[in-house]
Amino acid sequence: MDHDASAPTGSIIRPAFHTYVVLPLAFLSGFIIMSIELLGGRILAPYFGSSIYVWGSIITVFMLSLSIGYLTGGKLSIHNPNLGRYGTFFIIAALMLTPSIIFGESIMDWVFVRIEDPRYGSLVASMFLFFFPTAVLGMIAPYSVRLLVESSARSGSIAGSLYFISTLGSAIGTLATSFYFVLWFEVNTILISTCVILTVAGIYALIANRVT
Amino acid sequence: MRYILALTICLIPLLSVAKIVHQERSLYRNIVVSEERGRRCLVFTIKRDDRNQTCKDMDDPKRVVFPYVRMTLSGLLVNPEPKNILIVGLGGGTIPAILTELYPQANIKVVEIDEAVVKVAKTYFEFRETEKLTVHVNDARVFIKRAKLRKEKYDMIILDAFTGEYIPEHLMTTEFLQESKDLLTTDGVLIANTFSTSKLYGHESATYAKVFGSFLNLKMPDTGNRVIVAVNGKLPGDFVLKSRAKNLSARLHSYGVEMEIYPSFMSRKVDWDTSKRVLTDQYSPANLLQDD
Repeated sequence: MDHDASAPTGSIIRPAFHTYVVLPLAFLSGFIIMSIELLGGRILAPYFGSSIYVWGSIITVFMLSLSIGYLTGGKLSIHNPNLGRYGTFFIIAALMLTPSIIFGESIMDWVFVRIEDPRYGSLVASMFLFFFPTAVLGMIAPYSVRLLVESSARSGSIAGSLYFISTLGSAIGTLATSFYFVLWFEVNTILISTCVILTVAGIYALIANRVT
Repeated sequence: MRYILALTICLIPLLSVAKIVHQERSLYRNIVVSEERGRRCLVFTIKRDDRNQTCKDMDDPKRVVFPYVRMTLSGLLVNPEPKNILIVGLGGGTIPAILTELYPQANIKVVEIDEAVVKVAKTYFEFRETEKLTVHVNDARVFIKRAKLRKEKYDMIILDAFTGEYIPEHLMTTEFLQESKDLLTTDGVLIANTFSTSKLYGHESATYAKVFGSFLNLKMPDTGNRVIVAVNGKLPGDFVLKSRAKNLSARLHSYGVEMEIYPSFMSRKVDWDTSKRVLTDQYSPANLLQDD
């Protein structure tokens, strides 16, 4: 079932099955990235306020960590791409997010005491809280492309569908979190649910890997 | 005929056109300074339901135009001789100016998030900083957290940061109120200027009750405002409030503040829906709850 770069194009039926696994998971990763990003504003506000520069810090950290995640995910997809490793990304992201939930306040306390300027305070705190989980979530996007692409002719079209589905997930994640989740749930409840959902998604990919 | 009359009455305010003295878009809001019939006003939004933040009567600059600003001074009934005062939200600088006049020896710090508001207060509302009265451009939550680290104490904290259009959600949680309470001296008082008509009333009241226990709720007929007066220690009884009101009323008369009538409008009753959720840093959708 290995399908490396030298395999003949279109010779394997795998992508059809993969599509059912990868597309929903790509949607989910987009959804969760934006959900965490929006909650970031909530988490930082008690320490650094909710000014434009706090959002600047959060968005900077998310863009930076995603860019590094894309790069890493792309590199990891070169050799022996498989759903098993894809699934572990989700589980690792959940694990990386957990300390931010448990130690978030202690981390922000630590930063608050050491950095007076709320611009840099919020930037450093965002780095500690969100860089690693978001970078791992970023790895999912290029890896998804690799799992679905079977020929160079269709690679653009597949990348397009993946961008479409994951960015749609981001849009819906943004809306759902800011319009409804914050009205219904506590911030930590949403974050813990996020971890659980990521783990379940990871296990789903691992099982799918076994089946193929 | 009656309709025509009603319509005419409605149109009168439109005829006496307010002159725009100054207008700017700051990082946080639109700021408009307008002048109309001898009144200079600071307005923070230019929607149809404009809300005047502060007005100054140019012919009688001492008189406080808005009832809620006058009501804020009711906190003096709980602590009549404040020495260290913290005010959150500058507006046109009316409250700090009055407190400076009344208590020239008091140290007054004002926290205002918007640099542009400070500039406008100085240019158009004759607000002046002195050695005793200083303005700090900062987010109130951040300032209060830092003040705690510096071990500062205040015997009066005034929260006047709610414009009615948008509520800073991190300034309406139990954690924020607890941090503010931690800055109060043993006989310190916290005064919050909010709204009695908003849908947030129950949530907000429950949140204050959670942190302060019982508090005084000042509501007056004909205004949608309410002023919460909460203390670190024990609330004074009605008799004390009334006798202090009598003592203070002469000093406050020139500002148009009728201190003597406030005690009878201050209530300790739980007049809100106690099933409403308390607002915390984990759950603070104040702006969503407001229009719910």
